Amino acid sequence: MTNIIISAKGLTKTYKQRSGRFGFGTTLVKALDDVSVSVKQGATLAVVGESGSGKSTLARCLLQLQPLDAGEVTFDGRNLAALSGKELRSARRHLQMVFQDPFASLNPRMKVGDIVGEGLLIHKIGDAQERREKVVRMLQRVGLGMADMAKYPHEFSGGQRQRIGIARALVLEPKLVVCDEPVSALDVSIQAQILLLLKELQQEMGLSYLFISHDLRVVRHVAEEVAVMYRGRIVEQGKVDQLYADPQQEYTRNLLNSIPGRHRLEN
Amino acid sequence: MELLRIDNLTVTPVTQPQRLLVSGVSFAIEAGKTTCVVGESGSGKSLTALSVMSLLPQSLQRVSGSIHFQGQDLTACSNAQLQNIRGKRIGMIFQEPMTSLNPVLNVGYQIGESLAVHLGLSGNALKNRVAELLEQVGIPASRAGSYPDELSGGQRQRVMIAMAIACSPAMLIADEPTTALDVTVQAQILELLASLKSRMHMGMLFITHDFGVVADIADDVVVMFRGEVVEMGPVESVLGNPRHPYTRALLDCVPDAEGRKPLKPIDYSWLNVPA
Repeated sequence: MTNIIISAKGLTKTYKQRSGRFGFGTTLVKALDDVSVSVKQGATLAVVGESGSGKSTLARCLLQLQPLDAGEVTFDGRNLAALSGKELRSARRHLQMVFQDPFASLNPRMKVGDIVGEGLLIHKIGDAQERREKVVRMLQRVGLGMADMAKYPHEFSGGQRQRIGIARALVLEPKLVVCDEPVSALDVSIQAQILLLLKELQQEMGLSYLFISHDLRVVRHVAEEVAVMYRGRIVEQGKVDQLYADPQQEYTRNLLNSIPGRHRLEN
Repeated sequence: MELLRIDNLTVTPVTQPQRLLVSGVSFAIEAGKTTCVVGESGSGKSLTALSVMSLLPQSLQRVSGSIHFQGQDLTACSNAQLQNIRGKRIGMIFQEPMTSLNPVLNVGYQIGESLAVHLGLSGNALKNRVAELLEQVGIPASRAGSYPDELSGGQRQRVMIAMAIACSPAMLIADEPTTALDVTVQAQILELLASLKSRMHMGMLFITHDFGVVADIADDVVVMFRGEVVEMGPVESVLGNPRHPYTRALLDCVPDAEGRKPLKPIDYSWLNVPA
């Protein structure tokens, strides 16, 4: 049996939303409604859905960045909600995230070397010399150089910034990486580079990915398993080949049929 | 019938005339056909569209080239003449339906604005035409009194389309009109644009970076790279049998939904250009 690195059972999260005239009323929005997912060691689970489907909330709740209303997350055999603040922080070393917007997710006032090395410092890994070596190796691995350590994020292109974001997450040698739309802000040529880099790193480092995306073409290339979310629920889940070839749910079919390039619009 | 012809268009920053942002671009658009301009960011595709409308930012200048629309040279037109063309004979749709609408005016008013200005409609005639346009883009006419924030992203883009086609223009310029939308909504908007185009026999200049979208709606394709046109032709030949190495490389890095072909990033060194 393959090991499960992270599993979530019955996750439920409700947001209060201001509504009505001048926002005096409130409506409850179910962002997650009894969601259960699990990621196998070394594999990729993709979560697809449209905006508002709850896929980013799922990512944040898995990492305990947001409190859950109900449900539990088991990571590496431990219930994350039961951990103390200190234990959770040390568990987070193995739970890293790559964000969508490479422009907003890097501190503009920090040098790249410090951004990538910050996690090592927080988790007190190695001495200054070792940390520096780790940062250099990681930056070189993602295709940047030692000279880039002294630069600031604004000196890089979008694709390079996403490489920095990946280096920042992976320098800690995590077990699970949650990638929240890591390529949707990038040009298609850069997108291909980043997707291939993520795949190589997965093999080299034995990483497990939870890959959040709205692009079904991208998902087809990165994931072994897919969960389709719609209005806070997982409507369909399964092996990627099977789900694309033979979708069971109307919503999944609709989503697949909307992929551009499949239907020439004759008129 | 040729609707628009761009000849040898070159655009540079005013302060750096040696930097060619658009360089010697020439192509034509036929009436009733959709021409997709496709390229990566920075390829000059949006600047080409803005040049057609003489809407380049002040920091940029058109240093050469002519743009003929229905036989008239747009580059020789006065501002007053251009104002009579923009929005009346050439409609425009932009990428961000959130920021292109005025939040304090209801959508009916915004659609009616160009009808009042260009066609002099008022009163009931104006109201009826606005209702007709809303129905045409798939929004109930009763929503004319709604404000942009009360509509979804897809509905806002439909309102933008209603504004663009209000005066029955001969040509529509759409700059990445579906990039900010969810994939199911994108499919609906593309379908709407394709049907309006053929019903109204408009020529369409459609800018996109997505080859999937190109395959869905284009009749002709213009591939741009670093300000230059590297390949153009009918969609079947450009997508089915690309001749330029850059077009082939760009197509190779588009993930396919069937997952059959491996992803291949562009090798710029092989293309003989600096990365």
